[in-house]
Amino acid sequence: MSKQEFTITVYTENQIGLLNRIAIMFSRRKINIESLNTSPSEVEGIHRFTIVINEFEDVVRKLCRQIEKQVEVLKAYFNTNDELIWQEMALYKVPTDEIAEKVKVERLLREYGARAVVIRKDYTVFETTGHREETDRLIKALEPFGLIEFVRSARVAIIKDSNGFHEKLKEFEASEPGEELIENEYLDKASEVFTM
Amino acid sequence: METLDIKKSASGAKPATPAAKPAETKSISGSEAVLEALLAEGVDVLFGYPGGAIMPIYDALYDYQDKLQHILVRHEQGGIHAAQGYARTSGKVGVVFATSGPGATNLVTGLADAMIDSTPLVAVTGQVFASLLGTDAFQETDVINITTPVTKWNYQVTDATEIPAILAKAFYIARTGRPGPVLIDITKNAQIQKFDYQGYTPCHHVRSYRPKPIIRKEYIEQAAKLINAAAKPFVLFGQGIILGSAEKEFKAFIEKAGLPAAATILGLSSLPTTHPLHVGMLGMHGNYAPNVLTNECDVLIAIGMRFDDRVTGRLDKYAKQAKVIHLDIDPAEIDKNVKAEVPVWGDCKETLPLLTALVEKKSHDEWLGKFRELEKKEVEQVIYPELNPTSEQLTMGEVLKSLNELTGGKAVIVTDVGQHQMVACRYATFTDTKSNVTSGGLGTMGFGLPAAIGAKYGAPDRTVVAIIGDGGIQMTIQELGTIMQFGAAVKILILNNQFLGMVRQWQQLFNDKRYSFVNITSPDYVAVAKGYHIEAARIDARADLKTALKTMLDHPGAYLLEVMVGKENNVFPMVPQGCSVSEIRLS
Ligand SMILES: Cc1ncc(C[n+]2csc(CCOP(=O)(O)OP(=O)(O)O)c2C)c(N)n1
Repeated sequence: MSKQEFTITVYTENQIGLLNRIAIMFSRRKINIESLNTSPSEVEGIHRFTIVINEFEDVVRKLCRQIEKQVEVLKAYFNTNDELIWQEMALYKVPTDEIAEKVKVERLLREYGARAVVIRKDYTVFETTGHREETDRLIKALEPFGLIEFVRSARVAIIKDSNGFHEKLKEFEASEPGEELIENEYLDKASEVFTM
Repeated sequence: METLDIKKSASGAKPATPAAKPAETKSISGSEAVLEALLAEGVDVLFGYPGGAIMPIYDALYDYQDKLQHILVRHEQGGIHAAQGYARTSGKVGVVFATSGPGATNLVTGLADAMIDSTPLVAVTGQVFASLLGTDAFQETDVINITTPVTKWNYQVTDATEIPAILAKAFYIARTGRPGPVLIDITKNAQIQKFDYQGYTPCHHVRSYRPKPIIRKEYIEQAAKLINAAAKPFVLFGQGIILGSAEKEFKAFIEKAGLPAAATILGLSSLPTTHPLHVGMLGMHGNYAPNVLTNECDVLIAIGMRFDDRVTGRLDKYAKQAKVIHLDIDPAEIDKNVKAEVPVWGDCKETLPLLTALVEKKSHDEWLGKFRELEKKEVEQVIYPELNPTSEQLTMGEVLKSLNELTGGKAVIVTDVGQHQMVACRYATFTDTKSNVTSGGLGTMGFGLPAAIGAKYGAPDRTVVAIIGDGGIQMTIQELGTIMQFGAAVKILILNNQFLGMVRQWQQLFNDKRYSFVNITSPDYVAVAKGYHIEAARIDARADLKTALKTMLDHPGAYLLEVMVGKENNVFPMVPQGCSVSEIRLS
C-alpha cells in the first residue's frame, strides 16, 4: 500500500485551544497538513474540522484513534476521495483593462464555471469552486493576463455514506451508552469505515 | 460565548441546581471555590509553591489549613512528582499548585511523566489577570499551549463562575478511563472575583468523552477460545491492573487458566512476586525467561500494558509466532505497536471476570517448566553472583536482597532512574499492590526523592524506601528541605557508584568504554542530610550492610543511608537496543 490522500472529518466541542490540540497530533508525527478547515456542523454547537493529509491508511487509522481520544473530540472519521463530495473555492484578482481588452470575459467565465465577484476599474476578482484541477486550470488561463493575486480555500467535504451527526450525538449525550452504540468501528469494517 | 458552552457541557447532563428548594447561595471568591472543590473531591493533602499569580488562592488557603494539608515543596518539579507519588500509592488524584510563568513551566516534566505513566493529577496554576493575557506581562507564559501535549486535558479559567464545574470536570477526567494529568490555569482576576456559589456538583459525564469503551462479548468469546486452545499461552501485565483495581480479578484469571505471567515495570506489585505463576519482569533489563519465551509462546495475552519499545525490543522480531490478545481501556493502544488478533476493549476489572468465566481450568506445567528452566540459567549466570558477590565491593543487588529480608516485601519501593532502578525492580519483592513507584515511560531522573515524599503521604502507614543513584539524588536534592519541614518519614537509600551508571554501562558496552562525562562527583551526603536535620549514615562494607539498613528502617523519622557500591558493575540481562527480545544477553 502506498500513501494516498485522506480526508479526516472530526466532530468536536467548540473550545478554544482545541485546534492546537488537534494540530500538534500531526506535527508531532511529522505529518504535513495539506488543508484544514473548521466550520460549524449540521448540529448546533458542534464543530467540524476537515483535514486533508497524504498518508498510509494504517497511519491515518491510528491517528484518528488518537484524535478521538482527546476529551473534546466526539468522533473522527477518515475517508478516501471516492467516498466524498468535496470542493475548494478560489479567488483570482486580475487587472480589469487587460482582461477586458484581450478576452471574451463571459466566455471565459462560462468555460471555467467561474463568476466575477467584483469588477472595478483597476481590477476584477473572479471566483470558482471545484476540485483542485479545476481551480488550477483557471490560474493557467488567467496567468497570461497578469494574475495579481490568487488564493484557494481549504477543502470542505461531505461524506457520501453519512447520515449526519444528529443521531450520533444523542448516543454521546446519554451517560450510559445503549447496545446500539457501535464504537471501535474501524475494527470490523476497515474497508467501510464510516458506519453511523 | 465559548465559556458558556463549556459550562453547559462541563458538569454533564445534570444542571447544578437542586430540585426541591432553591439553593442557599452565598458569595465566595474564585479562590475559595477552588478549595471547596478540593474538599468536595476528598483531597486531604496537596503539594505546592506560592507566587504572585496564585496569591489569592494561597490567601484563601490560610483559612483552610485545618481541612487541607498543604506541603510546601522546594521546587515545583518536586511538587508535581510528590503529587504523582501520592497518586500512585493512594490510588487517588494527586493535586499540585504552582504560580504562573516559571512556577508553571517547572511542572512540565512532571506532567509529561504523569501523562506517559497514566497518573491521575490535577495541577492548578495561577495566571496573570485576563486583561493582561498576551501582553508579555510579568510572569506570563502561555501555559495552556505549553502543556497541551503533556496533559490529558487542560483549560484556562478567566471567570470565577466557571470554577466549580471546571474543577469537577478536571477531577473526573483525571481519574476516569485511562487516567492522566489535567491542568487548570486560573487568571488572577477569576481567583479574586466573588460570585454566587451554588454548591459543588461532581461531574459524572462529559458528552465528548467516553472513559470506557463498550465491552464486546464476541471478542471475549474469541479470546477465551484462543486461550483454551493454546499450548503455550503467556500473559503480560501492566499498570492497567493497578489503575483498574483489578488485582483480584487478574489473579483469579491466571490461576484458573494456569497462565504464566510477566510484569512490565509499572505492572510490578499487582501480583505478589512470589506467586507461582509470576515469571518475572519484561523488558530491556527484565528477566531472561519471559523475554526469550515471548518469542516462543503461541498465544500472547497483554493486559493493561502498551508494548513500549523498552518491552518489545525490535518490533519486527517480536512475538511474530504468537496470536495476540490485547486487553486495554484505551482503544488507541490496540494495534498501536503490536497487531492484536483479538482486541478486548474495556476496563480489565470488568473484562477479566468475563474472560475467567469462559476459560477452562488448566495447568500448563510443562510450559511453565520452560520458564523455570531458563530462570535457572539466569540465576546461575546473573542473579546468584549479583546477590552473593565475591568482590570486595558491594553490589546493588545484595543491598536489595538485605532490604527484602528486613521488610518482608511489605515496603513501598520508590526509585529514581538508572541502574539502581533496574536492579531495584528486578530484585525487590512485593507482597502488596501499589508498592512500586517509578518513572517508567519518561525515565525522569530526579523523580525518586519527591515521589517518595508524596508516596508516604499517600500511604502513611507503610514503610517507604526511596532508592536513588548518586546522579538522580542531585537533581532534586532540595526536597530534603520539604522532609525537614514537614517530616515525611521517608527512607532514602542512595546507591552510590560514583558514576552516571546507566549511561556509563552503555558507553562501556557500545562506545568502547569512552567514558564521556559520566563520572559525577558527590557532596558529603551525610553532612548534607544532617544540615537538613535528617539522620544519616554512610557505609561501604558488606559487614555493615544489614545493621545499617535495619537502623534506617527502625529509625522513627526520615533517614538517609548512602551505600557505596561497585563503580563499574553492569545490569544484566540486557536486550541491546535494536535487538530482538530473544537476543537478550546474560553478560
Ligand atoms: C532528567 C534526565 N536526564 C538524563 C537522563 C539520562 N540518564 C538515564 S540513566 C542516567 C544515569 C543515572 O545515574 P545515577 O543517578 O547515578 O544512577 P545509576 O545509573 O548510577 O544507578 C542518565 C544520565 C534521564 N533519564 N533523565
